[in-house]
Amino acid sequence: MSTATLPATQTDAGSAIYVPSPEVIGAVLAPGERPPRPSALSASVTFGWRAMLKIKHVPEQLFDVTAFPLIMTLMFTYLFGGALADSPTEYLQFFLPGIMVTSVVMITMYTGVGLNTDIEKGVFDRFRSMPVWRPSALVGMIFGDVLRYILAATVILVVGLILGFRPGGGVMGVLAGIGLLVIYSFAFSWVWTFCGLVLRSEKSVMGVSMLVLFPLTFLSNVFVDPSTMDGWLQAFVAINPITHLVDGVRSVMAGAPDAMAIMLILAESVAFVAIFGTLTMMRYNRR
Amino acid sequence: MRRSDGTDLAIEAAGLVKTFGDTRALDGLDLRVPAGSVYGLLGPNGAGKTTAVRVLATLLRADGGQARVFGHDVLREADAVRGRVSLTGQFASVDEDLTGHENLVLLGRLLGYGKAAAGERSAQLLAAFGLTDAADRQVKKYSGGMRRRLDIAASILNTPELLFLDEPTTGLDPRSRNQVWEIIRSVVAHGTTVLLTTQYLDEADRLAGRVAVIDQGRVIAEGTPGELKASIGSGSVHLRLRDAAQREQAQKVLTDALDTVVAAEADPVALTARVTGNGNESAASEQASRALHALAEAGIVVDDFSFGQPSLDEVFLALTDRPTESTVDDPDAELEAIR
Repeated sequence: MSTATLPATQTDAGSAIYVPSPEVIGAVLAPGERPPRPSALSASVTFGWRAMLKIKHVPEQLFDVTAFPLIMTLMFTYLFGGALADSPTEYLQFFLPGIMVTSVVMITMYTGVGLNTDIEKGVFDRFRSMPVWRPSALVGMIFGDVLRYILAATVILVVGLILGFRPGGGVMGVLAGIGLLVIYSFAFSWVWTFCGLVLRSEKSVMGVSMLVLFPLTFLSNVFVDPSTMDGWLQAFVAINPITHLVDGVRSVMAGAPDAMAIMLILAESVAFVAIFGTLTMMRYNRR
Repeated sequence: MRRSDGTDLAIEAAGLVKTFGDTRALDGLDLRVPAGSVYGLLGPNGAGKTTAVRVLATLLRADGGQARVFGHDVLREADAVRGRVSLTGQFASVDEDLTGHENLVLLGRLLGYGKAAAGERSAQLLAAFGLTDAADRQVKKYSGGMRRRLDIAASILNTPELLFLDEPTTGLDPRSRNQVWEIIRSVVAHGTTVLLTTQYLDEADRLAGRVAVIDQGRVIAEGTPGELKASIGSGSVHLRLRDAAQREQAQKVLTDALDTVVAAEADPVALTARVTGNGNESAASEQASRALHALAEAGIVVDDFSFGQPSLDEVFLALTDRPTESTVDDPDAELEAIR
């Protein structure tokens, strides 16, 4: 007890050992003027930079957005190509925009999984005790994820072009299609940030996302023409937001934009951010 | 030093209540922390220290009561509070995937520094905290002491008026602990108020001007470290006998010599007694040496004898009439509940 602490002089032995100096610490504590608070956008971009740094230090996390879409595209093109169309190449003209949507929308769930583990770490306490725009930590995180979505879409596009995908909309059509998909995915990510905050573990976030995403992506117009389905299933497919997204992306890439589908996509995106963004922030502030 | 609104209280909390399910983590906590010094929150695991810090740092909403930081309500004026405080949490409040430099630049940018200014500020802080060589290494590869230093460096980036340090030395080796103590002294010397939570009476004694002892979400004693020690007796005697068979006799001899309760420990050769000395330290040490003498006269062989400051366990025994163990059945309960 009284002998538990070594006298200070003993700890100073050795030249490489750090010795705190009150003068030096005092000097860094007196930096003069405090800078003005950053804007909401600037704070979000800073958090986006954090996401970039994490990718730089842990590049393995890009596996999800490269290998997974690649396998999905190859697998389904050759599995269904012969049965549903005359050849894989022909099927690809119909299928590629759909599998691009499926893959990217599935990847959005990692936003929730990532947040669920990230928020447990002490650094989030620091972020939340700082006077910055509250949603910026999450918005920045999704900014980082948007980059992953673009990467995944690019991988699929390249694979598709190699396999013989020839979109009628040309370069502009394809870029517009990817743009719609990325906007939608940004909005859809807020569903998962909410799940990431509400659910207890990474595993449960994963489980819930799968439960939602599998029916949404498969019971849609991604793989087959809905006119071949039973009436009740057609009804579900028609109201499925993934169907609208695929319609929009497909039409834009084909060079014949479907205005109705594009309007729906944008309206649904706004709705996702409004509803799930608000729920997420309520939950985030309450923790 | 900047001081807001002419108030000289850094923290003023009254009747704070916070429940997690069945656990009352805070049960009517009152706190008045004067500005410009180190204030210690002393208590065992699960006493409510971390919950109190999280409420005061605007991270957690209390169920009842109110708290002001430099006169600003932690709920209604959370942003004003956030602009004045900094938090170093119990677990590293830095990003372990990033390097030390990246962490500080990130936080500097969030505080509004431009790119160049944030980089410069980071370099300054890393140098002041002896981390220049580790600047470009990922924090997960830092030692515990280095991580703690980076954590504190990150906390003073904005020159806070109030710094929360939640168990800053738990798990550190003695040298790192001494470094953290020196850093805390330097920060306070500059005029920053520090709210320090700790499980160690020793630490509170060395750093804090005033201490509140917390148990089950309530302050059970408050005062300067000297006042606290005087209130529970100035020291305690621990001894180990050579022969367990002599313990009963030794207990009797000591009880007579010290005029106090002598407790038999679980170890069959160990005895513990609190020496009051009526609040007078030299009288207490005189009593202790008299006790040793009495044991020798009675022919009892003592292998190990120590006279020192009362431990937190003893503070608790004295203040609550029960050992700390009863409060630490589940040391992670409080943290679990927070999550």
